[in-house]
Amino acid sequence: MKFKAMATVAALVLAAPMGAMADPDDDTLVLNDETTMVTKTAAPAHLEGALDTIMSGWHFRSDETQVMQADDFDNPGMVFVENALAAWETADGSEGKSCASCHGAVETMAGVKATYPKWNEDAGKVYTLQNQVNACRTERMGAKAWGYDKQPAIEMEALLSSYSRGMPVNVAIDGPARATWEKGKELYYTRTGQLEMSCANCHEDNYGNMIRADHLSQGQINGFPTYRLKNAKLNGVQSRFKGCVRDTRAETYSPGSEEFIALELYVMSRGNGLSVEGPSVRN
Amino acid sequence: MEFTRRETLAIGAGAAVAASLPIGAMAATPADEAIAAFTGGAQMGEGGLTLTAPEIAENGNTVPIEVSAPGAEAIMVLALGNPTPGVARFRFGPNAAAQAASTRIRLAGTQDVLAVARMGDGSFVKASATVKVTIGGCGG
Amino acid sequence: MAIGVKPRVKVPKTAAAGDAITIKTLISHKMESGQRKDKEGNVIPRSIINRFTCEFNGDMVLDVEMFPAISTNPYFQFEAVVPEAGEFRFTWYDDDGDVYDAAKKIAIA
Repeated sequence: MKFKAMATVAALVLAAPMGAMADPDDDTLVLNDETTMVTKTAAPAHLEGALDTIMSGWHFRSDETQVMQADDFDNPGMVFVENALAAWETADGSEGKSCASCHGAVETMAGVKATYPKWNEDAGKVYTLQNQVNACRTERMGAKAWGYDKQPAIEMEALLSSYSRGMPVNVAIDGPARATWEKGKELYYTRTGQLEMSCANCHEDNYGNMIRADHLSQGQINGFPTYRLKNAKLNGVQSRFKGCVRDTRAETYSPGSEEFIALELYVMSRGNGLSVEGPSVRN
Repeated sequence: MEFTRRETLAIGAGAAVAASLPIGAMAATPADEAIAAFTGGAQMGEGGLTLTAPEIAENGNTVPIEVSAPGAEAIMVLALGNPTPGVARFRFGPNAAAQAASTRIRLAGTQDVLAVARMGDGSFVKASATVKVTIGGCGG
Repeated sequence: MAIGVKPRVKVPKTAAAGDAITIKTLISHKMESGQRKDKEGNVIPRSIINRFTCEFNGDMVLDVEMFPAISTNPYFQFEAVVPEAGEFRFTWYDDDGDVYDAAKKIAIA
């Protein structure tokens, strides 16, 4: 679609905030000139009646931000992935083991991120990837658990995610994980805070519209952990949830809480079929 | 000339921001001093120096820019609306294949970015770009 | 020593003699501007990398004087000419006196 340049700026000033012209773009994300990412696809069956097409948050960002994610060197998030690669090979804890002691090369973890959060039979609950990493640390390495979304944890999550990039998100929502998924779905649609807003009010009902100068995405989380230009560091998805809930002027749950684990499972399932992108770059 | 939808949008959104934000008085003194220190008070021409910056920056904390001036010895970049205007001063050596560089900068708000190049013959040229810095709705 | 500072450079492994190549560099650094305040309202002192240089076999490619407006995790992209096989040396100078460096060899193909 093209507009004649004669369209006056004044008219556009009126039109732009109405949101009709703030649609996500149709660009294609090719990673390192090699991997074409699935950033738009048909919504999974469980979203019938809610969304037809699911879209990565990448489509809602400016060209300058988009291009930063297309090359591993231009993506500042990859610096932190390299930190985690060193941690992967470094023994920690009373057992003298590193991640590599059990798992070998980190390449063997390809595909893992795409399936988390998922049910852990031994624990009898849904684990996020950070929960699983901490279970390894405390149960196998004799090391201290990392704080939820704290730097070592988020860097390790980004490392693992980086080896799943391009693979489709595929979290299980049936079987023993179902009850947690249902709880997450309820949280997604529950209005919170003084503003009485649910996740859905912004990210299902109004994606593509502007909220002040911000372009509302579908709130997909296939790109987490995310390097944000705003704070120039890797951000965990549950910390992002906290920011959203706080913006509704509600008391928030904490990263690592049962509520946010359930919400992460549910929101991740809304992206089933999109490529894993983490570490992505967002504003 | 035709604009794509994205370009048209960018103009519209930029105009909206420009209209709603009073542009702060330029911090003329420190910037003038920096320019004088770089040029020695010489006149600045135009042409031969390209400053590439987004019309609208999604976040002022990380704004990609590029400067290019074939044949230049050095290029200074100033952010005229920042509390301190200095951004960077690039000096190109004999092994530079192009007198060009890209970096990412902080802009405290909507403002003009100015580049000044000292050319091989000792003359000076300048180029500037206005970057609108948007204010997001979500603190996150 | 500032914490967590890690340089990263991207240089092709080979080039034809006389070719121009693209170099990218990024170093993880907070680039504390000196403009921010902490929770108690005290100004956080400036602590930035103030200079970056790239040399090839001892000859200068690029010398950048950096100010607080350079973003966190400073990034530079530029082009160098490769007259012969040799080594690129990259050096970052921190306000606190620390110097970080990296080197990359390049062969003539």
